[in-house]
Amino acid sequence: MAGATTATDLAIRLRAVEKTFGKGESAVRALRGVDLDVPAGEMTMLVGPSGCGKTTLISILAGLLSRDKGELEVFGQDLNALRRDRLSAWRRDNVGFIFQQFNLVPQLTVAENVSVPLVLKGESVGAAVKKANELLATLGLEGRGKSAPLKLSGGQQQRVAIARALIHEPRLLVCDEPTSALDAELGRRVMSLIRDRSHQHDRAVIVVTHDDRIFHLADRIAQMDDGLIKNIEIRAGSKPL
Amino acid sequence: MFRFAIKMLFGDNAKFYGILLGLGFASLLIAQQASIFVGLMSRTFAFIGEVGHVDLWVFDPTQSYVDEPKPLRATALPRVRGVTGVAWAAPLYKGLLVATLPDGSRKVCDVVGIDDDTLAGAPAEVVAGSIADLRMPDAVMIEVGSSQQQLRFPADLPPGAVPAPGQVFDPSAPMRPVEIGDIIELNERRARVVGLVRCAETFVAAPTIYTVYSRAVTYAPPSRRVMSTVLVGANEGVAPADLAARIRAETGLEAMQPWDYSMRTLGYWMRETGIPINFGIAIALGFFVGVAIAGQMFYNFTLDNLRYFGAFKAMGASSRLLLGMVALQALVAGVLGLGLGLGAVSAFGLSAAGGKLAFKMLWQIPLIAAGAVLVICVLASVISMWKVVRLDPADVFKGA
Repeated sequence: MAGATTATDLAIRLRAVEKTFGKGESAVRALRGVDLDVPAGEMTMLVGPSGCGKTTLISILAGLLSRDKGELEVFGQDLNALRRDRLSAWRRDNVGFIFQQFNLVPQLTVAENVSVPLVLKGESVGAAVKKANELLATLGLEGRGKSAPLKLSGGQQQRVAIARALIHEPRLLVCDEPTSALDAELGRRVMSLIRDRSHQHDRAVIVVTHDDRIFHLADRIAQMDDGLIKNIEIRAGSKPL
Repeated sequence: MFRFAIKMLFGDNAKFYGILLGLGFASLLIAQQASIFVGLMSRTFAFIGEVGHVDLWVFDPTQSYVDEPKPLRATALPRVRGVTGVAWAAPLYKGLLVATLPDGSRKVCDVVGIDDDTLAGAPAEVVAGSIADLRMPDAVMIEVGSSQQQLRFPADLPPGAVPAPGQVFDPSAPMRPVEIGDIIELNERRARVVGLVRCAETFVAAPTIYTVYSRAVTYAPPSRRVMSTVLVGANEGVAPADLAARIRAETGLEAMQPWDYSMRTLGYWMRETGIPINFGIAIALGFFVGVAIAGQMFYNFTLDNLRYFGAFKAMGASSRLLLGMVALQALVAGVLGLGLGLGAVSAFGLSAAGGKLAFKMLWQIPLIAAGAVLVICVLASVISMWKVVRLDPADVFKGA
């Protein structure tokens, strides 16, 4: 599926990646040999029906799952070569997550939630919260740092989740259905924000989505079905590989 | 992240207070029941401590506990005095006798007869009168608690007065405590109250009456064996343990230091009664209630937070860090719950001080309660940790 590339252009390179869950008759082949190149500085959307392997694929790309077969490099790193503790550290330093259900800790303030990635990297809570408040202000949430997450609207919570994913300036941003809880207008604004980030910092963004209202924001759209990437649509303005 | 772990614990009010309540209740039940048990069992040998500085207690070898009535012959006293190394030896009478009060009511009393000459065995605290007054004719001294609660006189009978022949008292008429000068009968012999003393609560709930030994044996039913115990002081430089061995060898009687005799008495009650089992069940119930309530609450608390732990894990938190967070949450909940429980037990103990309730919180009891709470927290957190360790970070994409 992917064309010939140079390693310097690529954020992610997959070749014949396979993943099977379970054994014997109950085994489920979630990925059947995925080839994919994700250029740096672009936003790639993974689309396809439920159960086609999108979640498995982003879990492998983000270092949350290990592949069974095939080759995978993320910013030049073979993730299967890392031990579990090194892999955790790699994720901490390189990956930002936006979860479908936000996963904001209700007992922590908004700023504390946003500061978690920095605290995990060893920054003091005070300094991390200060940076979180600054970032929240750029996302239109000025003065909401001390609020409880559950007191915010769905759109505001999503922006908090985005701030948490971006605060440590990860090279890879993985988004799982980031607009599922948002109305059309807010969804477009949120995705524009994420897209701008990917372009500004020359990093890669992977978005799993069913939301065709945001397809036009993608640089590439990878169509998945039955554990394979069936088609890649390259949008105007994206980098040639 | 540990600060966040604490905020997560404190922030979930319902579960946090549930965990505190469970742990607090468990430590309360464990410490309170253990303290009452210790207090109750301490009373079994309280009389031995009450007698004061004595090097040895000499008694019948078959006697299992201090209140067991196995008196010695009068010849035991000179035989003990004849053992090398004995500085002094004094007789002691202790037995249950029936006292008759002026209104005709009868009470079983614990009568203690102390040495006439040395007054060895007298209680430490005299509330009214003087211990030397026991040498006066018919003199007895009564434990002050008994004088106020069990040995009460008709209020219209003045102290020292004797009811007129045939005088009948109305049982519903007001009563007053025993006072100095009052007359009672012990086994139909006259006894005059010359003072009030305070002594430790003993296992025998009967009122305690002190008198001198020579008078006590006249109150007791006639027998060749009336002496309960011989109290012994060792000569300077003689080890009590060595002296005890000599007395055993030369007289055939048992001789023990006060602490050993206390433990022999305690051992009897521990072995021969169901008290330890009953209290043990109560303490075990406290432990299991703690496991059931606090353990369950803590486990549910971790389960509720599993998706956030999963998110932390996805974001790069190591399993070790997450386990540390869970352990810290368990530790903080344990310390606060323990403090709550022990605080309540201490308040209970203070309110019970000086009353009839047996309560004695040794320094080991809070440690035992802390150990039990620690086990509860470890059990709860280990089960919770198992879920955290097994947590697949990829589950965060499944809404886990």
